[in-house]
Amino acid sequence: MAAVVFQELQVTPRRRAWRRLMRRGGAMFGLGVVLLFVLVALLAPWLAPYDPVATSWSAVRQAPGSAFLFGADELGRDVLSRVIWGTRASLLAGVVSVSISLALGVPIGMLAGYLGRWVDAVISRITDAMLACPFLILAIAFAAFLGPSLTNAMIAIGISATPIFIRLTRAQVLSAKAEDYVEAARALGNPHWRIALRHILPNVVPPLIVQATLAIAAAVIAEASLSFLGLGQQPPAPSWGSMLNTAKNYIEQAPWMAVWPGVSIFALVLSFNLLGDGLRDALDPRQIR
Amino acid sequence: MLNYLLQRLATLVPTLFFVSILIFGLQQLLPGDPAIALAGEDRDPNVVAFLRAKFHLDEPLPLRYWYWLSGVLHGDLGDSVRIQKPVSELIVEKLPVTLQLAAMAIVIALVIGITAGVISAVKKDTWWDYAANVFALWGLSTPNFWLGILLILLFAVQLGWLPASGYVSPFEDLRANLAAMIMPAFVLGNAFAAVLMRHTRSAMLQVLSSDYVRTARAKGLDERVVVLKHALRNALIPVITLGALGLGELLGGAVLTEQVFTIPGFGKLIVDAVFNRDYSVVQGVVLFTATVYITLNLLADLAYYLVNPRLRH
Repeated sequence: MAAVVFQELQVTPRRRAWRRLMRRGGAMFGLGVVLLFVLVALLAPWLAPYDPVATSWSAVRQAPGSAFLFGADELGRDVLSRVIWGTRASLLAGVVSVSISLALGVPIGMLAGYLGRWVDAVISRITDAMLACPFLILAIAFAAFLGPSLTNAMIAIGISATPIFIRLTRAQVLSAKAEDYVEAARALGNPHWRIALRHILPNVVPPLIVQATLAIAAAVIAEASLSFLGLGQQPPAPSWGSMLNTAKNYIEQAPWMAVWPGVSIFALVLSFNLLGDGLRDALDPRQIR
Repeated sequence: MLNYLLQRLATLVPTLFFVSILIFGLQQLLPGDPAIALAGEDRDPNVVAFLRAKFHLDEPLPLRYWYWLSGVLHGDLGDSVRIQKPVSELIVEKLPVTLQLAAMAIVIALVIGITAGVISAVKKDTWWDYAANVFALWGLSTPNFWLGILLILLFAVQLGWLPASGYVSPFEDLRANLAAMIMPAFVLGNAFAAVLMRHTRSAMLQVLSSDYVRTARAKGLDERVVVLKHALRNALIPVITLGALGLGELLGGAVLTEQVFTIPGFGKLIVDAVFNRDYSVVQGVVLFTATVYITLNLLADLAYYLVNPRLRH
């Protein structure tokens, strides 16, 4: 018994969390599907049967069949090839915009939590102000003023999602700051930057991983939404959102155009949500005890 | 109560101040000279000069902010460049359509979300619970514009039961109005129902394991009375607060829903404004939604304070 307990204590928290994650069927399914999409995005040039922007007048709105597995769109482009290439825009948008939110939100949140006083008061009010604007409306407004393009959509989504990360980091820093080990580090004479980076930051990471995973799901939907409105990826480059925007106009003549881009968004977002839920359960410190 | 209200109002002032800076700041994101960007395609020098004078573009930034803010405080959100109407008038004109859509969506979300949440908590770890959780995940992961397209395909194109798009005023023809609004309202309420379901479930689980519910059961009360009268009533307090906050998010979702179903509301106003480079309208809509959201937040807090006696002591 004692040996078992000793062995269990030797397992690092990271490994323990990974083991817990592995036991969650939904999370592993999510991880699998996400990895599959990453592979599809990376191998797009080899997987796509046709050039995603090549038009063909003889194939206009051709129904799914042996030549075009998912059918062809209003310009005779292969829907399957466009869905495959569209994976790149969606994944890129998800990852890049959340990276922007993290790069902005974590340092600002740490400043607010660590320095406190008026710095915290000002940052918290700015965060409140940004959270007061509905996420999508704020992203639309940013995209409108920056101009429509995939890069600007990613910037718009990234900035709009930043306040959530500021708030989360701030709250985590505040609770970590009161811990004995931070007090001990301070008593040993460590400079502020070392306490913040070496002692506090590592404790902020687990909830940030969970939030980032769920934020990627939200960012994928947001990119698809902006592209659907014409504010994201510009034609003829393929993106799931803009494909659905076109499909809407041909719903009676070519309903297949509306199926696969939507299924892809749904599958990718669902997988990130499942993975995020699983990570939350696996990384929850209350379960570690 | 009065103290609490004053305290809450005091924190609102800096928030609103930063909201105004944020929205004014959006204009600074415009690449190049804003007067040229606002002047449209022809860039007529007279128009550029007029815009420069009108928006005080030659004056320092803080002063320009002050001019803009004093206008806003007097209810002047600027004029639409394209429609030649005050922005506030346009918002008032389009708002009822979106409010009807949002109100119907909230009712749908409350009915589905709370029912599913209660069933899933009462029947925890059964197929009912799993089904409700799958529904919540589906709701959170489906882009609402795609759901809209699929519903149009099924109910308008295939079955022909409902109109695919368009809007009829309820004062003209209530039946046609409801027929046109039911699909968009469901689409808009779907994701919110999922959020409400998750919150109702966790609130119900917490309440169901509390002492007073155990006492009620020990008294031999009918399980239905225990769940609906003793548990749900208390579990609903945080859910209702969330419901008020959800309205702000619904205004965001309405942009897409109105676009799919071609409903001439608030969301369509901002999208059309974006494409017509009608920046005052974009700013006005964002400012308006933020103010609505902040007000709802305040009302939700006050409601929470009023119904929760523990906060008052």
